[in-house]
Amino acid sequence: MKTLTEKTDTVNKYVTLFHEHQEEIMDAEPAFLSEMRREAITNFERLGFPKKKAENYKYVHLEPFFNGSLETRFAPRKLEFDIQEMFRCDIPTLDTHVLLVLNGFYYTTTGEQLVEQENGVIFGSLNEATARHPELVSQHLGKYADYRNDPFVALNTACAQDGVFLYVPEKQTLDKPLQIIHLLLSDENEMVQHRNLFIAEKHSKAEVIICDHTLSNHLFLTNSVSEIAVAENASLDVVRMQNEHNQAVQITNTWIEQHRDSTARHSTITLHGGKVRNNLQVKLKGENAHCDANGLFLIDKAQHVDNFTVIEHQQPHCTSNQHYKGVLDDAATGAFSGKIHVFPDAQKTEAYQTNNNVLLTRDAKMHTKPQLEIYADDVKCSHGATVGQIDENALFYLQTRGIPREEARLMLMYAFADEVISGIREEALRDRIANLVSRRLRGELSRCDNCAINCYD
Amino acid sequence: MASEQDKIISEVTASDYKFGFHTLIETDTLPPGLNETIVRAISAKKEEPEWLTEFRLKAYRHWQTMKMPEWAHLKIPEIHYNDIIYYAAPKRSAKYESLDEVDPELLDTFNKLGIPLEEQKQLAGVAVDAVMDSISVKTTFSETLADLGIIFCSFSDAVKNYPDLVKKYMASVVPYTDNYFAALNSAVFSDGSFCYIPKGVRCPMELSTYFRINAANTGQFERTLIVAEDDSYVSYLEGCTAPMRDENQLHAAIVEIVALENAEVKYSTVQNWYPGDRNGKGGVYNFVTKRGICRGDNSKISWTQVETGSAITWKYPSCILLGDNSTGEFYSVAVTNNHQQADTGTKMTHIGKNSKSIIVSKGISAGLSQNSYRGLVKVLKGAENARNFSQCDSLLLGDKCGAHTFPYLEIDNDSAIVEHEATTSKIGEDQIFYCNQRGIDTENAIGLIVNGYAKEVLNKLPMEFAVEAQKLLQITLEGSVG
Repeated sequence: MKTLTEKTDTVNKYVTLFHEHQEEIMDAEPAFLSEMRREAITNFERLGFPKKKAENYKYVHLEPFFNGSLETRFAPRKLEFDIQEMFRCDIPTLDTHVLLVLNGFYYTTTGEQLVEQENGVIFGSLNEATARHPELVSQHLGKYADYRNDPFVALNTACAQDGVFLYVPEKQTLDKPLQIIHLLLSDENEMVQHRNLFIAEKHSKAEVIICDHTLSNHLFLTNSVSEIAVAENASLDVVRMQNEHNQAVQITNTWIEQHRDSTARHSTITLHGGKVRNNLQVKLKGENAHCDANGLFLIDKAQHVDNFTVIEHQQPHCTSNQHYKGVLDDAATGAFSGKIHVFPDAQKTEAYQTNNNVLLTRDAKMHTKPQLEIYADDVKCSHGATVGQIDENALFYLQTRGIPREEARLMLMYAFADEVISGIREEALRDRIANLVSRRLRGELSRCDNCAINCYD
Repeated sequence: MASEQDKIISEVTASDYKFGFHTLIETDTLPPGLNETIVRAISAKKEEPEWLTEFRLKAYRHWQTMKMPEWAHLKIPEIHYNDIIYYAAPKRSAKYESLDEVDPELLDTFNKLGIPLEEQKQLAGVAVDAVMDSISVKTTFSETLADLGIIFCSFSDAVKNYPDLVKKYMASVVPYTDNYFAALNSAVFSDGSFCYIPKGVRCPMELSTYFRINAANTGQFERTLIVAEDDSYVSYLEGCTAPMRDENQLHAAIVEIVALENAEVKYSTVQNWYPGDRNGKGGVYNFVTKRGICRGDNSKISWTQVETGSAITWKYPSCILLGDNSTGEFYSVAVTNNHQQADTGTKMTHIGKNSKSIIVSKGISAGLSQNSYRGLVKVLKGAENARNFSQCDSLLLGDKCGAHTFPYLEIDNDSAIVEHEATTSKIGEDQIFYCNQRGIDTENAIGLIVNGYAKEVLNKLPMEFAVEAQKLLQITLEGSVG
């Protein structure tokens, strides 16, 4: 990723932080990881944060958020709280393996750091997995996310201590979806970096649900990286629900690498969040791979959501679909930048991209940048983008059928969002998200709904 | 059939530049290089007033602080600004009364280009201000136009005769600080055209000017200014061809359009400069800043362009829609072949209420070329009910070329409706098959399909130009000229 960057005091701050805590960071870890961290921090020092107005970060300048006084920890802190009481996921019909990641560290009430099932499926703490299966982890960690050219990935690679590891061996299926809950809870402002690694081997199948939540009213800055490898004929679904408070800043970096005949589906649903930046990079490295990338955000107040995607069609006969939608209320701002990159000789590519946005108020702002970069001739590629408001004719039609204007408006907005929601395949989750979105549109949902501390936005 | 089709496509894409010749005319040139002395010398040669010299110097100083922009999807070899001759004028620059006095060799050049200057007066009804290397050679129909109060002359004449108008509008749309090439042009611009349509006048004929780069190593720095007063209308044509040359030639022009209340300006371009040879050697660098401002209510600016030439094109004809109910239009066909690179598109800035804009861009890439569309639609907060529709289609002929789309939509008003659509595809085999089946051979079928594909834009050109544009596409497609 090409970004215009510059070296500043903030950069030095993190480089110094790394060197000061080097021993703690690299404590008891395999040599390959320490080596990678050293390389990453050198890269980060060279790259710096993206400059203001840098092409790929044109509509959000992230560096100032790194400037505040934020605590950074390299070891989990003992927090006295009862997780059952603090947080309960309210999707009762959804049967999942629930994994908690608290402030970037794997959290378990049972003391079991890593689950190893009979069929060879492994999931749990990345830290523990690195210790127990260094060979497996070293084959994949840092191989998909580009810590050489992306400053946020570099910083994460250098500092991240823990996260979730998932391994599905050949011809196996994960028995039920993995639900990863990233919780942020602290008594001070904090910066959190965690890292996930999901590996789906040949002919395997898995589903992952990621929920991002804040549980206390402090300023949080999250810089997370998820690396996903989907091998031949494997299928992996990832649904990410973002529901953080208005002072949280979240940068997610998701890097997916797909091989022949594989399928990956990635959906990002942003219900709340102060400043959110989602980077999604997909590399289709084998023929006939298929990728769906969907996104939906519903934002108000002064929130900002920035979805950035790059889909690289490196081989022939691959297909990809991107569908991103946004509803913007109050003075919210949104940005979408999506690129379809078709490599030379990647013939018979089919790549589509749609971005639709609805502005509800005069103060809302939307920037969209759908891009095509095509170096092969026998391809079908298209992109479309719209920014507008609820269709007056449709509103009028519904009113003529006796539906009150306000209700009609909600119906239309819900229908607008439903196109993305209906792409989620897990039924219980889809219904739950549909319900959340519908309540969110009615203004009934606050992010505190599934949290016991009734702190204030 | 596929192999035959490939053969035709390769023939088509291999066809050479038709207008490659160089007229030997003595030119009066300044030494190559760029510094304050040269800038002053250009100004002195053109007997310019003090304020203009100052303007040039300011621009030059600002240019020195700037860096060559790198954001475009182009590979631009380093340009040695000190090796370029910034001023070249045909030596016998005396004003001619009739065509007989004009250098016959020069007339011959125009004839080869297919511009029947002597006939045009009677037949075409087009006033031609022919610019050959920076100095206007002949201006026709000035008298007819003068009766209506229309001013159509070379830029240097305008500076001499209408300094107030020039001073008022020059750099009001494209300030010298705008970008790297605009600053360069503002410092060293040689000549260009000036057009002023007074209040309530509808210009009875298409105004046109032919640019032609001639002397070797001469960057050409045109400057065009069109001012349309309230309730006026003008259609302006610009077309260009350049002779073969091995060294890359730099062309950095500025076009400014000001449309006041209810005024309408239509600006059409056919660009066919030397694109370099088959191996990508030589060719013109075309870095142009074109911008119009719809300053008055209900005003309209329409850009139509057919881009077939130049080794590198960097061009974004734009509209600032300041007046309420103002309209901006952009219709473009860009064809790239061999090693050509084009990064072209438009910028529509909606400021006024109910402002409308439409963008139709058709890219055709062949050979090893790279063709990009880059556009910005910006709706400001006060632009209630702004409406935009953009459509960018790319057609790929061959598997080594690239077609790219980089649209930007920045919307700051909830009543705005903005739509963007883009597609990329290759020529449909079923379409060709259908034509074959009806007895049309593959070569003609490709011609037919491409012409149909570009029709939407070609239709927007004035009659005189549509023919030339179609001919240009035909030449590229038929491979008839080897």
